[in-house]
Amino acid sequence: MIRTPLRPLARILDARRKGENPDAIERENLRIRHEQMRDKARLRAEGRLLVMAVMFFCAFGVVGARMGTLAASEPMEPRAQATGASIIANRADIVDRKGRIMATNMETFSLYAHPQQMIDPERAATELVKIFPELDHDRLRKDFTGNRKFMWVRKKLSPEQKQSVHDIGEPGLLFGPREMRLYPNGALAAHILGGASFGREGVHSAEVIGTAGIEKFFDKELRDPAREGAPLQLSIDLTIQSAAERVLLGGMKLLNAKGAASVLMDVHTGEVISIASLPDFDPNDRPRPLTEGDASDSPLFNRAVQGVYELGSTFKIFASAQALELGLVNPGTVIDTSGPMKVGGFKIGEFNNKNYGPLSVSDIIVKSSNRGTGRMALSIGSKRQKEFLEDLGFFEPTPLEIVEAKGGQPLLPQKWTELSSVTISYGHGLSSSPLHLAAGYAAIANGGHYVAPTLLRQDGPRLGPRVMSERTAAQSLEMLRKVVTEGTASFGEVPGYHVGGKTGTADKPKRRGGGYYKDKVINTFASVFPTTDPKYVLIVTLDEPVETSGTKPRRTAGWTAVPVAAEMIRRVAPLLGLRPDVETRHLTGIINTSN
Amino acid sequence: MTEMVYGAVPSRAGEPVLPKWWRTVDKWSLSCIFILFGIGLLLGLAASPPLAERNGFAPFHYVQRQAFFGGTALIVLIVTSMLSPIVVRRFAVIGFVFAFIALALLPFFGTDFGKGAVRWYSIGFGSLQPSEFLKPTFVIVAAWLLAASQELGGPPGKTLSFALTVSIVLMLALQPDFGQACLVLFGWGVMYFVAGAPMLLLIGMAGLVIFAGTVAYQNSEHFARRIDGFLSPEVDPTTQLGYATNAIREGGFFGVGVGEGQVKWSLPDAHTDFIIAVAAEEYGLVLVLIIIALYATIVVRSLLRLMRERDPFIRLAGTGLACMFGVQAMINMGVAVRLLPAKGMTLPFVSYGGSSLIAGGIAVGMLLAFTRTRPQGEIGDILRGRLR
Repeated sequence: MIRTPLRPLARILDARRKGENPDAIERENLRIRHEQMRDKARLRAEGRLLVMAVMFFCAFGVVGARMGTLAASEPMEPRAQATGASIIANRADIVDRKGRIMATNMETFSLYAHPQQMIDPERAATELVKIFPELDHDRLRKDFTGNRKFMWVRKKLSPEQKQSVHDIGEPGLLFGPREMRLYPNGALAAHILGGASFGREGVHSAEVIGTAGIEKFFDKELRDPAREGAPLQLSIDLTIQSAAERVLLGGMKLLNAKGAASVLMDVHTGEVISIASLPDFDPNDRPRPLTEGDASDSPLFNRAVQGVYELGSTFKIFASAQALELGLVNPGTVIDTSGPMKVGGFKIGEFNNKNYGPLSVSDIIVKSSNRGTGRMALSIGSKRQKEFLEDLGFFEPTPLEIVEAKGGQPLLPQKWTELSSVTISYGHGLSSSPLHLAAGYAAIANGGHYVAPTLLRQDGPRLGPRVMSERTAAQSLEMLRKVVTEGTASFGEVPGYHVGGKTGTADKPKRRGGGYYKDKVINTFASVFPTTDPKYVLIVTLDEPVETSGTKPRRTAGWTAVPVAAEMIRRVAPLLGLRPDVETRHLTGIINTSN
Repeated sequence: MTEMVYGAVPSRAGEPVLPKWWRTVDKWSLSCIFILFGIGLLLGLAASPPLAERNGFAPFHYVQRQAFFGGTALIVLIVTSMLSPIVVRRFAVIGFVFAFIALALLPFFGTDFGKGAVRWYSIGFGSLQPSEFLKPTFVIVAAWLLAASQELGGPPGKTLSFALTVSIVLMLALQPDFGQACLVLFGWGVMYFVAGAPMLLLIGMAGLVIFAGTVAYQNSEHFARRIDGFLSPEVDPTTQLGYATNAIREGGFFGVGVGEGQVKWSLPDAHTDFIIAVAAEEYGLVLVLIIIALYATIVVRSLLRLMRERDPFIRLAGTGLACMFGVQAMINMGVAVRLLPAKGMTLPFVSYGGSSLIAGGIAVGMLLAFTRTRPQGEIGDILRGRLR
């Protein structure tokens, strides 16, 4: 912009020459400029005023149009309505693999009070305490006679309780309909289902939210209105779950165990058919979490998924399988298992200080030789061992669809030394959950694929990446079968089902400080059946069992976990639809009887 | 001729006051205001008996009061509209000083009538809300400052008027009276806009208002509850809004009939904030549209007339008054139809209320004074050959 001076030099000089006052020129210029400025401002204001007039006109038009649409719409009867948006309370059912109900909703009533509408608050409090003895009379009386306008009394009522409250005849006590979560099978599969409670509550409905287990894991999906109530189908079979839990409970009681867990899993699909942890609880009346002491002592603790234990000799099969896979040995290779064997300054011993001498790989598994697997582990090397176990899923929590699964983080050695490598080969120094073990054994049983355990019904095989060759898997399976037919798990034989498996007896580590208890063990039997065409793995773990029928208390898995597992297979295999292979191929001794 | 030469007949310098007023005043707007006032009385007949009954007065107690205050307001309106802009400005500035002091002293001498906000002075026969008087006088003062800043060597009017606005808004927000605070802010914004605000600044200011609204939402329960009520998709039929909506629906196009409406019995503010719902229920959409048309006529006509005005002060002051008036009406009706969040704001001239009526009379009187036709120097333009 070129600035026009207020005192143009030429004109001033001209004016001076003529003897005029140059200030007049400046005033004149100022006036002109001011007028121009005002004209500009006026023109702009004119435009803006027009804009505003149009805007006002439109705004009034909108108000009018809105009035018109409102006036044209149908009037509604004014009805009292709960504050806030209505609560969607339609939670989907949970069913087992055959469509049987595991969790459903039931209509119930909540009880709330409007103390200002009460005729006789004192009597109402007294009568309520008669019906619900757990209510505090003094507190109730204070609430009813105080300034409160609204209070909840009970969240759920049985029909009988409702009738009794109704009979008090107090108009200030009111019922609100709502849905509650019901687990019709009681404690069955409690750890899977978890439990539910109320979220946002209104007097006309209440939100049901999952608090644990699969209810919490799939909380959003179960509450999703777009689901339209389609049930969530699990891989669990209720009949089998029930049978497994009964057998497990019986075994736990007989063997004086503190706790027990079992996992039955399909080796091809990863479907968990039954998973049990004892002691258990009733999800309809979920106990409070322990506020002190060890959380693993609570019945809420899921031993099969959350509990990580050193699972002992059951791990040996992984060491031998890897040695086979790497071509370091074959089933017939003889390894000297005689002592003494020292690794990193520690002596590696055998059970009951036995000395097996030279054993074939197959016999190392059958006899469960620590030094034998230890030597294999040394030749495998810690790095390769680590990779193999990682492939089998022993480094991460299991991907099971319950919120507690995240808590089952395996405990690994801080430094994977040669000693760790040897101890891990026979199942010490690495803690994992029974479900981890099930997934590991499934890989052997299904021909060498990792398979992720799942709680959801699957339509077909879901094999993961290959972790070992089919040949290795077949050879390992043969060894497992031999453990039952001629080894430590002889009680595991169930006629017609060709059970194979490996026992594990691990000393329990002391809770404080290092070292192990002498007389406290975790017994595990990891089994596969039928070995002729493996379909299922079954892991049974007992916590501190002791078998007392003999002269000395026996604490090896062969005496505790194995018979329990065998009984379980005997009961469960027919339910699974497995045909027992009882048609013998050759005539077995015809027994002549004489009178 | 002789008399004229010798001055025997008293000759006046200008035209007589009344004929000149009648010739120059915006007769359309004036008629609209009279009609609105008439409608207000008519609706008061319908809406206020329940209140009178509740407070133990004769059924038409409030109608009589409304007529009295309304009459006073109309007289004030006409007298104000006869004043010249300079005189209006002089009185308004004095009034502003008083209103400002009254507003500042509210926390010490005011009363809240049990409504949770100290906005009123209780005087013998009624209540007085200083912010009602502050609004129009503030517009004049701010317009004066803004206009003065356009002169060469004028005061920094924009800054001064903005500081004034902020202090008033803060005082109102502390009462709390966010409705009036927004109105004052809006009035100043409109004047600043017409006075030639840079576009960028306007956008920034809009952002600031949103920010202030957010802060108020988070810190004031009173405010947050109303916004929440507005945002929730379902209108709860037991709230004021629910009743109002329902009343409009009941009324339909031609209403349920005079005196047949039900909403006035359930709404505590039927005679003030929700008078439009009473109108819609008893007289139907027809009357509502008439009311809207009347307000629109006043505002749009005033703005169009101000477009021709050359004096910056008159232009700005008129704009501020007209827009405040229009927006107040629009907010009141917008709330009833749920276009806007619930905000207690009266419908000018129609709602019941003593001080608001008289303040409205003063405001519209000033507006009419500013929109009167007066020479705009067109002759001068023509003479100087500056025809547009």
